[in-house]
Amino acid sequence: MSRKRQRLALVLIGLLFVGGAVGFSLMALNEELDVFRSPTQLVENGFPEGKRFRVGGLVEDGSIEKEGIITRFRVTDGVNAIEVSYNKILPDLFRHCQGVIALGELDGGGRFVAHEVLAKHDENYMPPEIAATMQGPGNCEGKMQMSSAKAVN
Amino acid sequence: MAPELGQYALVLAIIVATVQAIVPQIGAARRDAGWMAIATPAAQAQFLLVLFAFGCLTVSFVTSDFSVANVVANSHSLKPMIYKISGVWGNHEGSLLLWILILTLFGAAVARFGDNLPPTLKARVLSVQAMIGVGFLAFILFTSNPFERIDPAPFEGQGLNPLLQDPALAIHPPFLYLGYVGLSVSFSFAVAALIEGRVDPAWARWVRPWTLAAWMFLTCGISLGSYWAYYELGWGGWWFWDPVENASFMPWLAATALLHSSIVVEKRDALKSWTVLLAILAFSLSLLGTFLVRSGVLNSVHAFATDPARGVFILAFLGAVVGGSLVLYALRAPLLKGGGVFQPVSREGTLVLNNLLLTTACLTVLLGTLYPLFLDAVTGEKVSVGPPYFNATFVPLMTPLVAALAIGPMMAWKRGDLIGILKRLRFVAMAAFVAAVATLWAAFDISLLAVLGMVLVVWLGFGVLWELGERVKLFRVSPRESWRRARGLPRASFGMSLAHLGVALMVLGITASETWQEEIQTIMRPGDTQTVGDYDLTFVGAQTVPGPNYESLSGAFVVTRDGQPVTVLQPEMRTFTSPPMETTEAAIRSNFAGDLYTVLGEPDGEGGYAVRLYYKPLVIWIWLGTLFMVAGGLVSLSDRRHRIGAPARRAAQAPGDAAIAGAGD
Repeated sequence: MSRKRQRLALVLIGLLFVGGAVGFSLMALNEELDVFRSPTQLVENGFPEGKRFRVGGLVEDGSIEKEGIITRFRVTDGVNAIEVSYNKILPDLFRHCQGVIALGELDGGGRFVAHEVLAKHDENYMPPEIAATMQGPGNCEGKMQMSSAKAVN
Repeated sequence: MAPELGQYALVLAIIVATVQAIVPQIGAARRDAGWMAIATPAAQAQFLLVLFAFGCLTVSFVTSDFSVANVVANSHSLKPMIYKISGVWGNHEGSLLLWILILTLFGAAVARFGDNLPPTLKARVLSVQAMIGVGFLAFILFTSNPFERIDPAPFEGQGLNPLLQDPALAIHPPFLYLGYVGLSVSFSFAVAALIEGRVDPAWARWVRPWTLAAWMFLTCGISLGSYWAYYELGWGGWWFWDPVENASFMPWLAATALLHSSIVVEKRDALKSWTVLLAILAFSLSLLGTFLVRSGVLNSVHAFATDPARGVFILAFLGAVVGGSLVLYALRAPLLKGGGVFQPVSREGTLVLNNLLLTTACLTVLLGTLYPLFLDAVTGEKVSVGPPYFNATFVPLMTPLVAALAIGPMMAWKRGDLIGILKRLRFVAMAAFVAAVATLWAAFDISLLAVLGMVLVVWLGFGVLWELGERVKLFRVSPRESWRRARGLPRASFGMSLAHLGVALMVLGITASETWQEEIQTIMRPGDTQTVGDYDLTFVGAQTVPGPNYESLSGAFVVTRDGQPVTVLQPEMRTFTSPPMETTEAAIRSNFAGDLYTVLGEPDGEGGYAVRLYYKPLVIWIWLGTLFMVAGGLVSLSDRRHRIGAPARRAAQAPGDAAIAGAGD
């Protein structure tokens, strides 16, 4: 094989790999993306039952209920709220009026069953999605003000 | 006083860096030995100035000088000394200063050990290195001054995020940065070579030790970070495919590819322009990582220090570095003459395959990391890309890579004999087949990934040992003769075997811990017993215990195995007051066979506590595997042929050649 043909072959194989990988990755992305919905978007437009997505907002003040290992709480964006249940141990920073993101799906009764709940490492930080979807302080006034002010910094 | 001195040193450093960026470059173009010679003392002065500034910031932290805003925000007078010191780089400004310190350290090291480089190449490398320095020094001086004063000074600081108050996290950033920033040397060499218009095996021999060192540090840094996540975050996982993790993983993939492609340049004088491009890309990915972590565009569980204004600065800098070097590449790469020709089935061929797979893997990580940003910018839709995507794209790419890893080192240069190698590896293949059957039998729910994983582990692990055995003619000559042969082998080849063995061990740890992990999440009351793995855990209870700067809820589990006492595990939940925060301290009993992992959760108000118990077989091998890789790198680096001063004879000829080659610029 001459040097030129060798280079051409290398470039072609490289392109084939990269092209294949991009195509395959985009396919995988389509299937494995988790979209984000705020409680208001859910109340207004709903979401297909049994399909995985993420919901985020603040943990509504006074909404946390425990029953054994299962925790039920409401996630609010200040206007609407959605009920979430989770049957694992919650992260360290989980508490009232704290920003959380839950990954899971809706059950038949419009309740969100979470597989995973994330709270940020830093109690002052609010995830950008949540900061963007918050429509009012809800009953977290005061407590939340501090958080969102920090989030803008 | 110290903050002002530190600030002043940084201003001096940027002036020195500017001179170092300009004068030696012009000197190299004009072949003016005097102008070129400025590079060496300038690089050393720049390092000393930044070191001094770093010392000043450290003094401010150690003495808890709360007139400095950065100290107020990240320290506390009651904090243990080690965390006062690590607090220096536990925040945006300080970590940036550490970044620059390491950058200038590498520059000074090239200046010190680069005496055998052709003078023009050395001058250009140091000039490019200084250009990066100017960019980062400007970044710190204009957007992130670590020495900013606060008036009136408060009496007490806000403390360091308790999650960062951990030995692993105190040393994780320095290692990570040594890796990240170490890639700047490969980058500078690549850009200098493009300006020179010349890449040859001697060039590859100079670049490789630097790349190898950077790669080792990066490996160390990433695995320290992952080990920290494993024991400190208390969720039992060790890798999240979080954007911040990806930010350090992408340069690692590129650096691994670079490490292998530069072997081809060194040994066979081929793949030159590709290797140069890879060196540029690897450092660009480091910069991209910095941008992603610090700009606030990422929604990560642990992005710290985010600020859009800084993001704009880094993005502009990133654009200038990547854009500039790629334009230079487009203009100059055609000048790089192609070298040795090779057949597809050859050592070169397997290294090309390695590069294709690693860079493609890097690309899929890049896609998965940037796609949410892209989609948000275009449609406003907020999405996240989680582990399923990365597993779906990564496993198919890594499988052939690991499989080929057993074959590649046996392949001859130029023209290899695949059939012959497969014949030689037939016993290894049989062992892999046995592993497949055994896994199918053990993983009753027929986890194909587990079967694949174990096959790869055995194939690669035994393949590496087999190759070593063949080299020393084990069992075919007397043990003494084998030993003599082993001692005669180049260290670099031992290094390679060690590192490849590390990959096998890591795959073993990942496969076993993911497949055979046992997990229980439940409520336990004092006296309750749960069984995980072969262990019985009896919950004794929990009590409140004061700590130095936190209050701890400490639980106790008595662990027995077949009725015999094993140990007592005491997981804690700590509540810090400054800043107010809770952390989980998992209690882990770790050994080569597996980890018993316990986490104490909240009380349920009725005398019980939420607990999380795991048994993770062989999980420790994930990190022992990375340790093998690092050890392999060290052994390889100690090879005499890789010593920076080794190619002295070639270097002596090179200036003349370079002068001819460079006459066109």
